[in-house]
Amino acid sequence: MNMKMKSLLAGTTLALLMSTAAHAGDVRIMWYSDGVEGEVMKDLVGRFMKENPGINVILDNVSYGVVREQLPVQLEAGNGPDIARVAQIKDNARHWLDLRPLVKDPKYWDDNFGAQADWMRPDGSNQISGFMTQITLTGGFANKTLFDQAGVEIPGPKATWEEWAAAAKKVKESQQVSFAMAIDRSGHRITAPLLSYGANYIGKDGKPAPLDKGAKDFLTKFVDWNQDGSFSKDVWVSAAGNTYRAAAEDFINGQLPFYYSGSWQVANLATKIGTNFDWVATGSPCGPATCTGMPGGAALVAIKYTKNPKEVAQFMDWFAREEIVKEFSERTLFLPGHKAVVAKGGLDFKTDNALAKAALTKFVDASKTTSETALKLPAWRWSDTFYAAIVTRVGQTIAGELKVDDAFARIDADIAQKVKDAGQ
Amino acid sequence: MSTTTNTSRLGSLLMAPVHLLMRIIDVPLRAVQKATGISGMAAFFLAPNMLIFGIFVLLPLVINFVYSMTGGTAFFLAERNFVGAEQYSRLFTCGSYLDPMSCQEDAFWTAVGNTFWFVILQVALMIGVSLITALILNRDLAARSFWRAVFFFPVLLSPVVVGLIWKWILQRQGLLNFGLYQFGIEPYTWLTDRNWTFAATIGVSIWAHMGLYTLILLAGLQAIPKDLYEAAEMDGTKPERVFRRITLPLLAPNLLVVVVLALIKAVQIFDEVYVLTGGGPGTSTLYLTQYIYETGFASALRNPGLAAAASILMGLVLVVLTLVQLGIGQRGEKKGKR
Repeated sequence: MNMKMKSLLAGTTLALLMSTAAHAGDVRIMWYSDGVEGEVMKDLVGRFMKENPGINVILDNVSYGVVREQLPVQLEAGNGPDIARVAQIKDNARHWLDLRPLVKDPKYWDDNFGAQADWMRPDGSNQISGFMTQITLTGGFANKTLFDQAGVEIPGPKATWEEWAAAAKKVKESQQVSFAMAIDRSGHRITAPLLSYGANYIGKDGKPAPLDKGAKDFLTKFVDWNQDGSFSKDVWVSAAGNTYRAAAEDFINGQLPFYYSGSWQVANLATKIGTNFDWVATGSPCGPATCTGMPGGAALVAIKYTKNPKEVAQFMDWFAREEIVKEFSERTLFLPGHKAVVAKGGLDFKTDNALAKAALTKFVDASKTTSETALKLPAWRWSDTFYAAIVTRVGQTIAGELKVDDAFARIDADIAQKVKDAGQ
Repeated sequence: MSTTTNTSRLGSLLMAPVHLLMRIIDVPLRAVQKATGISGMAAFFLAPNMLIFGIFVLLPLVINFVYSMTGGTAFFLAERNFVGAEQYSRLFTCGSYLDPMSCQEDAFWTAVGNTFWFVILQVALMIGVSLITALILNRDLAARSFWRAVFFFPVLLSPVVVGLIWKWILQRQGLLNFGLYQFGIEPYTWLTDRNWTFAATIGVSIWAHMGLYTLILLAGLQAIPKDLYEAAEMDGTKPERVFRRITLPLLAPNLLVVVVLALIKAVQIFDEVYVLTGGGPGTSTLYLTQYIYETGFASALRNPGLAAAASILMGLVLVVLTLVQLGIGQRGEKKGKR
């Protein structure tokens, strides 16, 4: 082979390598958005790259469904992005990278993100996996304009689910809207009222306990409310399995007096509702046991299959800085998960929407009544299993395929089978 | 004369690289032929295709079968434990196969039942509608090409787009209800009523795929010699008899292709239904492919071994359908030769 041919082959090989392989120094982030945070993140990533010209950050904006359904498969296959924004934090903890030996100051991370560190690391480890980009709390939203037009008073802070159902039903009948209430098709969301009714998912041995009276009481009521048209049946029967469905669109379109979702919806509602009608955050309705929402949130975690761990840690260090977390929270209207940011207060949420500001204040207040069990669940390995079984079987019950008691038996059996499959 | 010479020269010039290439590969090919004989050359030419087929079809099939014999929640085979036929036994643990709720894996049997009825109804309706459309399009219509394009257009759409279009039409605040409301008719929840939703998945899949089948049947209709119809007309044969005695028998090979393609496509139904109904309400439009996808990947209760077992069973059904088609095809060929 002559020199010319060799040079040609070498050039072609180099061109192919450059076109397919990731550069050393590339950091790929899988990101999903509920509201405006994608735009904010894009801006912050741009600033990071200006300050760190050797690192090329690629921000892949994907739907929540991709993060929820496709990322776990990529991770199980030992692939995936370098960093991801995730809501299923604990269930995939074995795939997160331990940043402790890589970050500049592990103590800073422990001090400021330590409260939620267990949510995202394998049980019994002291790993630093990432940090919460937002702390969320489930809670309700009421369409104040519909309540006012119907002449129905918005139930007070200690009102029960029954009182909310009765009031919302009156509004529905008066204002001729399709449904009185809706709750997202999500095991996480419906867990809040279940806990308010006294449910406790965690058995004495730390494994899932069978459904108890509290859980059964609320689920029975919930099915009845769906059958009598109080709750929007569309949301819970609109899919098989544990597919997630939000009911935000009906609320945004002014068709729902009461919507149970969470604090992450504030920016979305503020942007999309605008001045169409007045709305308020209500906190979580009460049950016989307590009045609690479910905490949660989205975390930015490093993936252990990354080829560029140093660059990943450098980005995480930059993004976890106090002033960046504060700016991110203020611009996205998210509640921060950074201890110093929360302690210092003075968050100036960047919105001129008084309704959004009031809603955020309401969620901060509501977080003070979060129950002990609710605080444990995000760090509990079997939460997602419980959520999936409840959504699947309750969805079938509302669709008329199962009786309530059969659904309870199936939920227990599904969870027991999953525990068995996992070899526990 | 000079034009012919120029054309010939141009042709030779253009073909020169081809001739050169042929000469280059001629030497090794002759060597292979010498070593393996004429019959070995067939295997030599088939080898690249068989290699691709082996890597991308046979190997995944074997791996899938191995997966179906393993348990646990991990994806890597090395991290999974051998459980023998336990996943199959789990799928077949049933009080009564006619009552999915009596089965351990109730969702699997619901999906089997739904897929069975979907295949029966959708394929029958698909063939009926495609045949009628092809017969109409075969006549001397005004703007015939335009109408052919209209019926073929949905075939070009991505199944996700098909699902979204129909979701926007059928959802509670969708186009259909808006239209009905204009005529004073109460809006209806088409996508949350289990009977309507099942019918909707059949209707939408027919709309999306009938264009292709219509085209195949239309090609068959146009291949039927016109003189047969002219002879029948001269004999005063009734149109129904012409259809039964001339059109249907001569269209049989095309119909067989359509039946087989439609059957296989119907068993594999997934994308447009997943977007349109998500398998709901409840599990009323949960079909086998979605069950396998959710069990293997999407659900927090996922079990890759169980999904692999279900997909092996589905594969067996498809093999049986294909063998039946081959059998019918060969019988038809033999009859034709007689």
